[in-house]
Amino acid sequence: MDLGFFAQYLINGLVQGITYALVAVGFTLFFGVLDVIKFSHGDVLMLGAFTALALFLGLDQLSTPAWLSLTIMLCLGTLAMALVGALLCKFLVLPLKESPPLNTLLITLMFGSVIREAVRLFFPNGSNPKPFPALLPETSINWGNLNLRLDSVMLIFTGAMAIVLTHLFIQKTRMGLAIRAVAQDEETARLMGINFNKTVLMTFALGSGLAALSGISTGLYYQEINFSMGLMLGVIGFSAAVVGGLGSIYGAIVGGLLFAFLQTLGAIWFSVPAYKDVFAFTVIIMLMAWRPTGLLADRSSERV
Amino acid sequence: MRDIKTKLVILLGVVLSIVVLYGFLYLEHEWEIGLLLVALPVAILVLKRTNMLSDYQQAARAMPKLTLSSFIVGVLVLIILLRDEHFALLMLTTVMLYVTVSLGLTIQFGFAGLVNFAAIAFFGIGAYSMAVLNHHFNALPDLLIILFSGLASAFLGALLILPILRTRGHYAALITIAFGILLRTFLEVNDVFGGPQGLKVDGLEILGWNFSNSFPSLLGGGSFYMAYAITALLLAAVAYLFTRLIEASWFGLNMDSVRLDEVASASFGINAPRWKITAFMLGNFFAGLAGAIYAAMSGFIAPASFNFADSLLLVSIVLLGGIGNAVAVIPAALLIVVLPEKFQVIQEYRLLLFGIVVILILRFRPSGLMPRGLRQYFPGSST
Repeated sequence: MDLGFFAQYLINGLVQGITYALVAVGFTLFFGVLDVIKFSHGDVLMLGAFTALALFLGLDQLSTPAWLSLTIMLCLGTLAMALVGALLCKFLVLPLKESPPLNTLLITLMFGSVIREAVRLFFPNGSNPKPFPALLPETSINWGNLNLRLDSVMLIFTGAMAIVLTHLFIQKTRMGLAIRAVAQDEETARLMGINFNKTVLMTFALGSGLAALSGISTGLYYQEINFSMGLMLGVIGFSAAVVGGLGSIYGAIVGGLLFAFLQTLGAIWFSVPAYKDVFAFTVIIMLMAWRPTGLLADRSSERV
Repeated sequence: MRDIKTKLVILLGVVLSIVVLYGFLYLEHEWEIGLLLVALPVAILVLKRTNMLSDYQQAARAMPKLTLSSFIVGVLVLIILLRDEHFALLMLTTVMLYVTVSLGLTIQFGFAGLVNFAAIAFFGIGAYSMAVLNHHFNALPDLLIILFSGLASAFLGALLILPILRTRGHYAALITIAFGILLRTFLEVNDVFGGPQGLKVDGLEILGWNFSNSFPSLLGGGSFYMAYAITALLLAAVAYLFTRLIEASWFGLNMDSVRLDEVASASFGINAPRWKITAFMLGNFFAGLAGAIYAAMSGFIAPASFNFADSLLLVSIVLLGGIGNAVAVIPAALLIVVLPEKFQVIQEYRLLLFGIVVILILRFRPSGLMPRGLRQYFPGSST
């Protein structure tokens, strides 16, 4: 294959992979602290993208410059979703801590479908795909067969930065230490004077903020969002987290990139575009059957 | 003497429920249904206060065969009463098909503790098998085709067994969700199965009787839905009986113990994977059978009718009723299928509303409206 084409696929795959990794990091965080899967994660992502869109429509009236709108959208969208994540955790997830895990799974799944339906019904004309503003510079460099778009580079950079910052936050700060302590052993962490509820809420806020970020970058990249985008992205993000190994941030990154790689491979092999997902999921399900703890599991197989 | 009293109580209960059911299906104005919905809980409360409800429950427990058969006769009478109401019959048939799928989910969820968020996918596999088999192998008797459709669903589901057995809880949920989404994508892009436009399905023809014609006038005439309603009733009844037999037997006991503690049951010599596989395949078999009849009845199927949202709806039925309680899925299915049809206002908002209802149930009454009772080791005993 031509080197230019190869590089093109590589760049596109990287943009996708970073988006998936952002979602997967959220799943990994939640699972780490509370051993729960928040199935509404994808829909929180979608809600983040729609919040950003609503903010843009508002700011557009005031004719704010693009860079300023983008900053506001990113900050407020992320914060709003962090709040949603924390509220979800406080009112739906923590109260069910003692009940069977199936109930937590169902309640978050249903919360997700409530968000999805609410956006479809109450966002103006919400059942149709919405154009998302192209706020990033549209410059691109042509280099042989490679068309390097500046916005792709910016998205990859932002996503990678977000993951690195999350990693630093968890490894270097006191709060991060608390998160790691709770993840390792809840009771001991409590005995050491760590505020369990606060730590868990913080983790949910962090993960949901990351989801909003990936929702907004998906919108910026494809310039279109719709109410059901979260379902697929959520399932992909979860698969990525599982394949990488739940509980490990590196695993989430590896899983996200792997999924994007599989999709790209599927897109090259099959003429029908929809088969790329079928292909990627089939491989992922096979991988899960082969190594249920994930490729980079951080702890014992207790998790499976 | 006591025997006759028990029988009378059962018959009274059946007659009452059928009358309510008739009203629920027959009434059309929203205020009438609203009145019924207000009156019903009040009536149930009164019956509970006067101990009549527990009398009935005890009677039904003492004579399960009589209860079931009189309910079947009651619904048959209901079908005859509604013979000219196309829409009411369609709703009744849909309810019974959904009951069948939910019973499958009860075996998977309630007994063996296996999550399945792809119920509608297995329903869809049954429907598509019906469409394809009926079209290409017209010589085969339709009853056999329905059976094959159920088997197709069970065996395609078997593809998921290995990943589900090796994983647990959340992972299994992910696998079934992914399977449901994938199946829909696959059906949409595949021309053999008609793509997004779907397929036309021929009506059923059992023992030389073509179901698409209106009901034979010799038997009183009526809508062609009558034949499907009776078929669906038989299917639901058999599925119910089967579920109850499983629950009562050592099959159910083993499944329950696998759900409650896999390690402990393994140490008692119970082969956990075997019971999980049995439950999973049985549940999908039920879904496939129901899907086949649904396809033949609606005459047309498309991938869009087998959405993830519908799988969630089926899960809501099981949860609303009470996980593991086979009887409870019947009122729950009725509420979830019929209410949105009766109140056109909520039709658009039904998923939102049911989502909120399920969240509230999980939060405040996790065992559902009719929680599963304790296991009865001896029929008729009061505990």
